[in-house]
Amino acid sequence: MPGEDNLFHHAVRLGDDALILAQRLSEWCGHAPMLEVDLALANIALDLFGQATFFLGLAGKLEGQGRDANALAFHRDVLDFRNCLLVEQPNGDFAQTIARQFLFSNWQELLMREIAAAPEVRLAAIGAKAVKEVTYHARYASEWVVRLGDGTEESRARMIAGLDWMWRFVDELFDSRDGTPSLRPEWDARIARTLAEANLELPKPRRAVLGGRAGHHSEHLGHLLCEMQFLPRAYPGAVW
Amino acid sequence: MILRQAQDEVIGSNKTTLMLSLSKHEVEQRVLELLHRVPDPEIPCVSVVDLGIVREVRAGEPSTVVITPTYSGCPATHAIQMAIRAALDGAGLADMRIETALSPPWTTDWISDEGREKLRGYGIAPPPKGANRHSLREEPAECPRCGSTRTEEISRFGSTPCKSLHRCLACSEPFDRFKCH
Repeated sequence: MPGEDNLFHHAVRLGDDALILAQRLSEWCGHAPMLEVDLALANIALDLFGQATFFLGLAGKLEGQGRDANALAFHRDVLDFRNCLLVEQPNGDFAQTIARQFLFSNWQELLMREIAAAPEVRLAAIGAKAVKEVTYHARYASEWVVRLGDGTEESRARMIAGLDWMWRFVDELFDSRDGTPSLRPEWDARIARTLAEANLELPKPRRAVLGGRAGHHSEHLGHLLCEMQFLPRAYPGAVW
Repeated sequence: MILRQAQDEVIGSNKTTLMLSLSKHEVEQRVLELLHRVPDPEIPCVSVVDLGIVREVRAGEPSTVVITPTYSGCPATHAIQMAIRAALDGAGLADMRIETALSPPWTTDWISDEGREKLRGYGIAPPPKGANRHSLREEPAECPRCGSTRTEEISRFGSTPCKSLHRCLACSEPFDRFKCH
């Protein structure tokens, strides 16, 4: 990763992915289908919020303009966010949420393993910590894909619809410009393995939707930020 | 209250002079003893030292306590930092710094044997040692109440990020287990 400036952008992408998905998952808090699921999704969100704090905190230090993780999370507008489009997609039903988590966590786990082994020590420290947490997330989501996919007619139909909807946002993760093309073969193998276990077929290819890494987001992100950023913007400097 | 008492016992009333007359090693030992009495905010039966959250105490200019978070997003991290700050301040060590280190990442293998026993006594099954081998495929937890290993996992995500939820099939008691991490 040449140069501090590139490293800044890299850290922002990683932080934004974690932050936006954490915020999305938090929407389930108190609404999940079962208490255990409620706890699990909130726990996963918590891990991701923690990772976002580390990545954005590092980004702020690299930038050197006095912005900390909170400043980056709460005082940037939608065009400055660099998260992938996958994480900002609405929760939909539980199967759609699981589809998003399944595709993302499997990718994030591979990415965190790579970062943890890379020579950039500041990122590596965060990656090594995150990989232990994300391994749980990937496993949790994969187990639910199997349970829903190989479950009732209803759960199966919903799982297929959820995967179908999310599939168009997958290519962005592996885009050759600012994605991780080298992780694709292993990711494909993991996804195929779980889908086979769930008696599901790979979703049909779709035209990829790209743009999140360049700040071109769906309408959904603005709404999410409205809710997430309202308090610190309405009451700047507010503390607990 | 307990904290204050502990500090006075460890450091004595004439704190600053006493600390000044100690060697580096003695200072480090005393600070560790002091932190040994700072409870984890979510599992107060164990101290932040028992849990392996305190990684190092370095006497010097300035003296430093190095701590590490358990899970990235553990909400107790902030409370732990404040509790350690309060303990240090109360012992006349206001200029001692607290540093957070992420690497190497915290593992349940750092929980002391004493800490494991305290967890069991508190009703939480301690994690098996050898986190790398066990983290995803753990053998059945041992019920902290009756000792049976006829138990089942109810949920991998429990009341805090570090615990999973189990049920004993022998005595029917539900219990928490410290997740191997």
